[in-house]
Amino acid sequence: MTTLDSSKEIQKNNSEVHETHEDFRMFGLITFLIADGMTFAGFFAAYLTYKAVNPLPDGAIYELELPIPTLNTILLLVSSATFHKAGKALLKDKNSDSQKWLFLTAFLGIIFLICQLFEYFHLPFGLTDNLFASTFYALTGFHGLHVTLGTLMILIIAWQSRINGGRLTSQNMFPLEAVELYWHFVDGIWVVLFIILYLL
Amino acid sequence: MTISIDPQKTNNESLQPKGWLRYFSFSLDHKVIGIQYLVCGFLFYLIGGTLASAIRIELASPMSDFMPRDVYNQVLTLHGTIMIFLWIVPVVNGAFGNYLIPFYVGARDMAFPRLNAVAFWLIPPSGFMLVASYFVEGAAQAGWTAYPPLSITTPQSGQIIWILSVLLLGGSSIFGGINFIATIIKLRRPGLKLMQLPMYCWAMLGTSILVVLSTPVLAGTLILLSFDIIANTGFFNPVLGGNVVVYQHLFWFYSHPAVYIMVLPAFGLVSEILPVHARKPLFGYTTMVFSIMGIVVLGLVVWAHHMFTSGTPPWMRLFFTIATAFIAVPTGIKFFNWVATLWGGKISINSAMLFSCGFIINFVFGGITGVALAQVPFDIHVHDTYFVVAHFHYIVYGGTVFIIFSSIYHWFPKVTGKMLNEKLGILHFTITFIGFNLCFAPQHWLGLNGMPRRVAEYDPQFQFVNQISSLGALLMAISTIPFLINVFLSLRNGKNAGDNPWNALTSEWLTSSPPPVENWKGEAPLVEEPYGYGKEISEQK
Repeated sequence: MTTLDSSKEIQKNNSEVHETHEDFRMFGLITFLIADGMTFAGFFAAYLTYKAVNPLPDGAIYELELPIPTLNTILLLVSSATFHKAGKALLKDKNSDSQKWLFLTAFLGIIFLICQLFEYFHLPFGLTDNLFASTFYALTGFHGLHVTLGTLMILIIAWQSRINGGRLTSQNMFPLEAVELYWHFVDGIWVVLFIILYLL
Repeated sequence: MTISIDPQKTNNESLQPKGWLRYFSFSLDHKVIGIQYLVCGFLFYLIGGTLASAIRIELASPMSDFMPRDVYNQVLTLHGTIMIFLWIVPVVNGAFGNYLIPFYVGARDMAFPRLNAVAFWLIPPSGFMLVASYFVEGAAQAGWTAYPPLSITTPQSGQIIWILSVLLLGGSSIFGGINFIATIIKLRRPGLKLMQLPMYCWAMLGTSILVVLSTPVLAGTLILLSFDIIANTGFFNPVLGGNVVVYQHLFWFYSHPAVYIMVLPAFGLVSEILPVHARKPLFGYTTMVFSIMGIVVLGLVVWAHHMFTSGTPPWMRLFFTIATAFIAVPTGIKFFNWVATLWGGKISINSAMLFSCGFIINFVFGGITGVALAQVPFDIHVHDTYFVVAHFHYIVYGGTVFIIFSSIYHWFPKVTGKMLNEKLGILHFTITFIGFNLCFAPQHWLGLNGMPRRVAEYDPQFQFVNQISSLGALLMAISTIPFLINVFLSLRNGKNAGDNPWNALTSEWLTSSPPPVENWKGEAPLVEEPYGYGKEISEQK
């Protein structure tokens, strides 16, 4: 066995076990998410400073419309709820239900990304038009990258929660819990981003 | 939920190469990874040191006759970046942290061994990229700070490779930090309380908190900078409506804590070394712990003292001056504690002890100039002069590098089972200490008299003092030779060290030298009093 497969490790724990320790993978993930959150914090701080000290030059266009991002906020909030449902279902060993909820979550994520792209194509400014345009694309783009990664991970765990042969079971919830935490994190960042970029 | 670990499975002993080959493998053993960090870092130290010698040769004469001016800028950029990101940070965190922390918490390995190996193996390729960036057209020449607009307007292909390399190194640093936090907090041996941990664990915990909180900000900033270079955006480009000061704020939000990332682990290491060789308990354990945490908190809110000349408003200057002055308090407490540890101790004068004492002397000096630099009127006078260069090198070379050498002399017997030669070690210390002070002490005078840093040419009136400084640099370069000879000779036919040559009490000494793969043959020992010196040794055993 060349790779450490923790779930298999757990299943085998009745044979030739030497030592046990607490599962701190979630602790590591939370630490990582704090670090990731600090990247966003840096971006937000830069944006707010620009807002405070750098005036928009004459003739520069930086206008945002609210409908699409509001829809996107709702999409992400709903997707957090559907993800939660998937976890509940898996806990009750209802793998196919869980899989359905996961696919729904991934679908909502994809819709979010499509809406985001749609917004990009219909905005009256481009990446290099002015400072605020650049900051807007950098922030939403960096967040969109997180959503893309999250959606891919959801699709992977949805595949792994299949009834026969999947490694995601009610005994091995960690992959789902980890992606769920990440998804809630990305969701929370979007809410902050929505307030700072669109509402302020 | 608990995870069951089968050591044979997790470390895959049978699949790992044996002997020296394992240092070139994706080994999961924390000790192997620690040595990988150390040797890799030392190779980059030799490269960075060669560049430093080139800088001092150039500065031996007032004109730029040794190399053209832009090459000088490229060399100093590469020197700074290599020394900080590939030598100090990986060695003082990665090397000693990986080797020692699992011992100190009574664990068989780090919390995430695979992440640990990934963190190390990010370093050689990014180091290679960094060195390679010098040879492409338009090598980076904006200094290790990469301040825009200089980094945007100078030729850019090398700057982009530089940014990618620093991003990878930042990633490695963050992975390492996550691993250390999880190991220290979650992987402690049952029965071992936080307040019983050796001081290096506390230092690494504080350092890792700084790494996790501040490195991502640098990563984000460098991503924006690379957009400015590649995609022609204007985040930091005033011509396009951007703001260079925002870059400085974001950069120093990482890079001031980075100074503590480089120096806090050294504080921890010296706290391990002094009690062993002075045969006395560490003075003021609790105050040490609180000082470290105080430095961590204050270290996050002092960054703008690097920017007093960047148009900072008066309230900001006042706040950052006061916050910086406050950092002197916990740092001072640590110094008094170290001196008090030595006071009345049964001191053995060996290489490890000498380098540690050299650290104390140099660092006090660097600390005092640091407090002076925090005062706005003084800072404005010496900003961007050689005074800052001298201060900084007193901290990172006189401080951290001295401790790296001290630690190598202290732990070499444990890692290899062989003693280092003491005579060569003392020779190494003597040349380093004299060379270092000869090189950097005169630079304070140069700075006070207005010699700007990062310029290849200078006023001829400074020539004599610069030549003294260059002579010191030559001694520092020479000092590496006895060290290398010492290491190679001792590896081949050094005296056998035995398990515990220093009669130390911390748990890495309670196993064979070199330690076995899972650190201890039997159960991990419970060391409740890591500094219980001055009592009967047999009592502890």
